[in-house]
Amino acid sequence: MKTVTFEVFRYDPDKDKEAYYDTFQVELRRPGYLLLDALNQIKWELDPTFTYRRSCREGVCGSDGINVNGVNMLSCMTKVEDLGSDHLIIQPLPGMNVMRDLVTDVDDFFNKFITVKPYLIRTSPNPDKEIYQSPEDRKKLDGLYECILCGCCSSSCPSYWADKKYLGPNAFLRAWRYIVDSRDEGADQRLPMLNDKHGVWRCHTIYNCVEACPKELNPTEAIVNIRKLLLDNQV
Amino acid sequence: MSVKIEYHKFDVVVVGAGGAGLNAAQVASQHCKTAVVSEVYPTRSHTISAQGGISAALGNLEEDHWHWHMFDTVKGSDYLCDQDSAEYMTRLAPEMIIALEHIGLPFSRTPEGKIAQRPFGGHTAEFGKRAVKRACYAADRTGHAMLQTLYEKSVDQGTHFYSEFYALELLMNDGHVNGVLCYDIQNGELHVFNAKAVVFATGGNCRIFQTNSNAHINTGDGLALALRKGLSWSDAEFFQYHPTGIYGAGNLITEGVRGEGGILLNDSGERFMERYAPTIKDLAPRDIVSRSMALEVLQGRGVGPKKDHVLLKIDHIGAENIMEKLPGIHELALVFAGVDCTKEPIPVMPTAHYQNGGIPTNYHTQVIKGNMDGEEYVPGFFAAGECASASVHGANRLGTNSLLDLVVFGRTAGEQAAKYAAENALVPLTEDAGNEGIAALQKYSNANGKHTFGELWGDLTDVMQKKMSVFRTEELMTECYAELLEIEAKMDDYKINDKSSVYNLDLIEALELNNMILVAKACTQAALLRKESRGGHFRDDCPDRDDVNFLKHTEVYLEEDLKTPRVDYRKVRQQPISVDAFPPKARVY
Repeated sequence: MKTVTFEVFRYDPDKDKEAYYDTFQVELRRPGYLLLDALNQIKWELDPTFTYRRSCREGVCGSDGINVNGVNMLSCMTKVEDLGSDHLIIQPLPGMNVMRDLVTDVDDFFNKFITVKPYLIRTSPNPDKEIYQSPEDRKKLDGLYECILCGCCSSSCPSYWADKKYLGPNAFLRAWRYIVDSRDEGADQRLPMLNDKHGVWRCHTIYNCVEACPKELNPTEAIVNIRKLLLDNQV
Repeated sequence: MSVKIEYHKFDVVVVGAGGAGLNAAQVASQHCKTAVVSEVYPTRSHTISAQGGISAALGNLEEDHWHWHMFDTVKGSDYLCDQDSAEYMTRLAPEMIIALEHIGLPFSRTPEGKIAQRPFGGHTAEFGKRAVKRACYAADRTGHAMLQTLYEKSVDQGTHFYSEFYALELLMNDGHVNGVLCYDIQNGELHVFNAKAVVFATGGNCRIFQTNSNAHINTGDGLALALRKGLSWSDAEFFQYHPTGIYGAGNLITEGVRGEGGILLNDSGERFMERYAPTIKDLAPRDIVSRSMALEVLQGRGVGPKKDHVLLKIDHIGAENIMEKLPGIHELALVFAGVDCTKEPIPVMPTAHYQNGGIPTNYHTQVIKGNMDGEEYVPGFFAAGECASASVHGANRLGTNSLLDLVVFGRTAGEQAAKYAAENALVPLTEDAGNEGIAALQKYSNANGKHTFGELWGDLTDVMQKKMSVFRTEELMTECYAELLEIEAKMDDYKINDKSSVYNLDLIEALELNNMILVAKACTQAALLRKESRGGHFRDDCPDRDDVNFLKHTEVYLEEDLKTPRVDYRKVRQQPISVDAFPPKARVY
């Protein structure tokens, strides 16, 4: 059976002064063996003290973003064989404080997401029925609402690393999802914070977030669209 | 040993942050100080995985009526559901969908801009005459869209969130539920939430089966906590085996695939559901489709080298249609089956998907305690979603009725809990509050024996899969129970390697396993004593439904040892709120 070397980031604040790497030989037990299968193999058979996040195991809950050989990805949707290497360096998502092993502190990430008021804001009264939305208007939400809040994008962004107050690509993607929603009337409440010095202008359009997104979404495009809207509003 | 505990006081505390918990929280937060405690960050709850839709007789594409929906729900349940709850849920459904739309849920749309609807298994027009488009959907990411919308709404409403808090004990004082003890996974600290009302929305437990569609967190913790406080698990033997789990992996392929025109094929390419359900064919309810698939395989008509699964074909609806309406399925089939479903069929077999029963409640979501002589409320305690049983699913749940259940009963639980909190004083904690939970935590924290999670969870899921799943017999289940006792005994010789206070998954998995063993024993005993076949409970040795002896809810309690299941029964509430009852009939589709 083919084995792959997993060089895994380890850190337990209860006992370690600094982080180190542990090496495990992981067996690929079937075609399509997933990174999450490998992490479970390490935990359940090789070292039960190893820890990480996971839940749905099918790429929608966003728990298991990790960094493998320098690239952010979901462990549950990535086949080990597709990584094309027999030696994998497994690290927590960069740019976030490490709590332990592959587990990062995501409170800041969620708090920033909430800042952009990610909910429908309406001043008009609601009808008794649904608020009608044409299929064309609904289509504008495709590529935006599918975000799973895994943090792979923000964690890949140098501006997010450098500026602790920078909202990050994920928050902008969500802001744009509501701004373009034909039912929403809250753009005025969101645009000032997006126009802030920690807002969309800090993006250097290097597309790391687009590369990192496991759902193939495009936060950079959302950022550019928000910038256009801000400029149009100034004129 | 003295233990440091942080104390909190709330009007309402909700345990669990899936669709039911968040809907309860966002409603309760409008009235009073409300907390949500959850093992995972809210958007990582398992509602996120729901795919195909949520049912409501909106009639956006063709004529529909809540009464037809109610009939389908009752018939789908194999007549074991409570008909007052079924009426309540199906009548409220259209208004609930509109409320979700108004808070932002990005439903797919009809050409005129209404919420789009698709057919789903067991949903019919005119009391069974033909399939009807009743499932409202957001492509094949309905649960994802719903959970995030509800999370965003509850944040907007000022709900207090305690994420990565694992519940250890339900707290009671003299029959009143008044709080919950939690363990903070991030730093190992203990927290007691003392509340006027507690809502359980803790989800299901299908991780007890080897082949399942569930998330790692679906380990029946809420059920185990309620059982240990002398409450019951209603209709414990009824699980839903979803027909289209990806072969080998168990991950779900939504019934929406068949709603959009997908068909099941056996080894000769025959659309075999035409034989089992001549009227609605592949859109028969899940228990019937799962059993039909198992029969095809048993009779040698499966596909693959082992002839042990069947195929789900969808490519004939066209790649563009698939990518617009079922994009998530396309991705899952690629990753978990290596199949491009726009070109080839997906290999499928039934997968353990849903716990039909749960903590018993009435349709006001008040938890009840009862037997054949009657029932009484448990003051201060409410439950909703998969962990609860109102009961609207009975012996078999219809597809899309789970999202509806959690929205309807989640909201009701939020309203009822807030009302209860407004009318009642905080019941103080007892002196020994939390001691049982702390004892369990310490037992496993210090466990220095032999057996580990990897080994025992493997054994548990293996025996449940082989002896307690789609086909059951007295002999198999008796063996199953004996093996569960052996596994349970090994928990006294357990080994925790991880001693860290930070994100100690080794410890959490031990506590979850302890709960899984308890619920596995409970449902096996319930299944042993139900000597009939009904809905998802099929026994080779008692293949017929027996309304004379078994048209009643099972209620599993624990004996005083808090380990041994005791099986009791409770009357089915067959009388609806305002319409005539649907008397039991043979289920033909």
